[in-house]
Amino acid sequence: MHELAICQSLMEQVESIADERDASRVTSITIGMGPLAGVEVQLLKNAYPIASAGTVAEDADLVIEQLPIKVRCNQCGAESDALPNKLTCQQCGDWRTTLISGDEMMLMSLELEKKNESASDVVH
Amino acid sequence: MCDTCGCNITHGNESLIKPGGKLEKTESGREAVTVLHSLLHENDHTAQHNREHFDQHNVLAINLMSSPGAGKTALLEATIQQMGEGLRIAVIEGDLETENDAERIRKHGVKAIQIATGSACHLDAHMIHDALHNLDLSEYDIVFIENVGNLVCPASFDLGQHVNVALLSVPEGDDKPAKYPVMFRTADLVMISKCDLLPILDDFDPERAKKYLRDIASDAPVIALSSKNLAGMNNWIEWVTQQIEQRIAYLEENPLQTGHHHHHTHHDDNAVL
Ligand SMILES: Nc1nc2c(ncn2[C@@H]2O[C@H](COP(=O)(O)OP(=O)(O)OP(=O)(O)O)[C@@H](O)[C@H]2O)c(=O)[nH]1
Ligand SMILES: [Mg+2]
Ligand SMILES: [Zn+2]
Repeated sequence: MHELAICQSLMEQVESIADERDASRVTSITIGMGPLAGVEVQLLKNAYPIASAGTVAEDADLVIEQLPIKVRCNQCGAESDALPNKLTCQQCGDWRTTLISGDEMMLMSLELEKKNESASDVVH
Repeated sequence: MCDTCGCNITHGNESLIKPGGKLEKTESGREAVTVLHSLLHENDHTAQHNREHFDQHNVLAINLMSSPGAGKTALLEATIQQMGEGLRIAVIEGDLETENDAERIRKHGVKAIQIATGSACHLDAHMIHDALHNLDLSEYDIVFIENVGNLVCPASFDLGQHVNVALLSVPEGDDKPAKYPVMFRTADLVMISKCDLLPILDDFDPERAKKYLRDIASDAPVIALSSKNLAGMNNWIEWVTQQIEQRIAYLEENPLQTGHHHHHTHHDDNAVL
């Protein structure tokens, strides 16, 4: 279950960005996930409440964008959709392809609520 | 964009994730921030840092991964016996519990550092960084990292190794590359281990294992090896020797920029490695 470790690493990034931007709250976190990232989306969702508890992102929505698997053929240059265990070219059938999408695990964006201008409790 | 953390935008995914795409949205009173960093950003930076430590001393780091019991420690023991004379070897052992594997290595007179990961099912770059504090890299040519036996979790964590070896033991069946594509895609070499068992477990077809590997677009060489009767040992030693030579040639052409490795903050800058 490495999803908890990944989720904790996500929360560290989110907290430091929220801190840099003087945010009082993170309302939404969007991550992009390819099937070849080796992360079970459901396990990540299960880990999220544990990892986010007590942080600035405690109540944030976790939005997971599933990204497609795409390969480019090194032989004929065609781009095609592919499956996790079948990354061959749909056009010419050759196995020598390059993955161009599908192994991402990426923090894509955050939505923040800014601290009140008059807030005086900012600690750096 | 960041070169080291695996978060590069590619032609294939840019329309989905670039700013201005469907993901950038703002609601009143809120700020949308585009980040585009790997979720393992921090790990990946530490891994790069580890790699620079290895490179400073011309040390090749090889990460061994497999399911539990596929024969990683046995391979290391056989390798030490075959190569130990001409090659200065150190081993970093990752296990959930126990020092057993490290003790097996030490019996051969080789330095072994045990990392007990506790409940973590994989090694990460920080654990390797800590282990490097107990290893004088100037004394070695090669560091083998034996990852936790697990075909899933270790695949996602860069440790700072130069190459990955995935072991697939004959009793596991030849379809593992199809079942665990994430792991096998990371392998620079796939070793069919316990190949002395092929005559007994004759439904394992090395050619079929190779076909499954090509299906996931891997061009990794496949070596069959037995740590019991040492069949295939020459191919393995040849491959390892080649990796060391290639790394040294690469570093001669691309010398390290001194000082570069401390450009980012990290918690123990004073450590002497
Ligand atoms: N027949 C045969 N048995 C082997 C071979 N290599 C290892 N074994 C046996 O397989 C078992 C596990 O070997 P290890 O080397 O401990 O495997 P490992 O991958 O290090 O195991 P973990 O660290 O627990 O994941 C032991 O009983 C070994 O004797 C081999 O080449 N042939
Ligand atoms: Mg072992
Ligand atoms: Zn093609």
